[in-house]
Amino acid sequence: MRSNMAVLETESPRLLAAVRGLLAAKGIAGPAEIAERIAATDAASPALGAAMVARAWTEPEFRALMLADGTRAAEAMDIPMRGLPPLGVLENTPDLHHLVVCTLCSCYPRAVLGYPPFWFKSAAYRARAVRDPRGLLRDFGTTLPAEVKLRVVDSTADYRWMVLPLRPAGTEFWPAERLAALVHEGDMIGVTVPKVA
Amino acid sequence: MLAPGTAVRVRDDWPETRGPCHIRTPWYLRGHRGTVVRHLGDYPNPEDLAFSLPAATLALYHVRFPLAAIWPDAVGTDDLVVELYETWLEVAP
Repeated sequence: MRSNMAVLETESPRLLAAVRGLLAAKGIAGPAEIAERIAATDAASPALGAAMVARAWTEPEFRALMLADGTRAAEAMDIPMRGLPPLGVLENTPDLHHLVVCTLCSCYPRAVLGYPPFWFKSAAYRARAVRDPRGLLRDFGTTLPAEVKLRVVDSTADYRWMVLPLRPAGTEFWPAERLAALVHEGDMIGVTVPKVA
Repeated sequence: MLAPGTAVRVRDDWPETRGPCHIRTPWYLRGHRGTVVRHLGDYPNPEDLAFSLPAATLALYHVRFPLAAIWPDAVGTDDLVVELYETWLEVAP
């Protein structure tokens, strides 16, 4: 039953070529489709997530859609989501702050944030995020007031999670483009919060 | 289907001691009590998918655990929310 464990010992380039060949032969995904997916993955960056956040801050209807169905909100901004795990969005409020981790591996909302930062995959981050999250936030320069509740979201299964951070004070009349420039990768993981420079 | 607010316990089971397996339930939660936040949808069981075996569709839940219930030195009301499949949850009395 577990005889296919042997594939784990196969040299990676040979294994990749075999898998690509099988995907094409079985009509699951051809070379063009795979190339398209690699291009979309390479093109994704935190700027996409930041644009979603800025739009949520300025358009209540988009905010409601984003919180209800992150995948549809991303698609509404022409971000390719087909075939990808569902995107969940965690809303920070004045009373609640979210921190995302994947303790089992490195699940990350790549479609909207691009490749994860190197530390997101580290054993130290993954262990500390659930064991000492406030201490971890302090190391990122983020001091959470005692009255703000911290919720750690361990991304263990089929969803990918991003944080919708709190809009900083003093940005009331800013257009979405200027707001988006305030939002960085760590703000959408929850290790930092957007700040007006 | 487990309703939001249902008290559950993560099964104190260790399949990794019985041979090769693929598990999406973290070690640090086995045997701990939590509360169902909501049903996230139904997905094929990754424990079977990983070995290209026929996979039953399972309910996936967001389950909340107070950090203070998991770690002996944790204080305050901070908590943790984790995706867990129905087969790992038992309704806690």
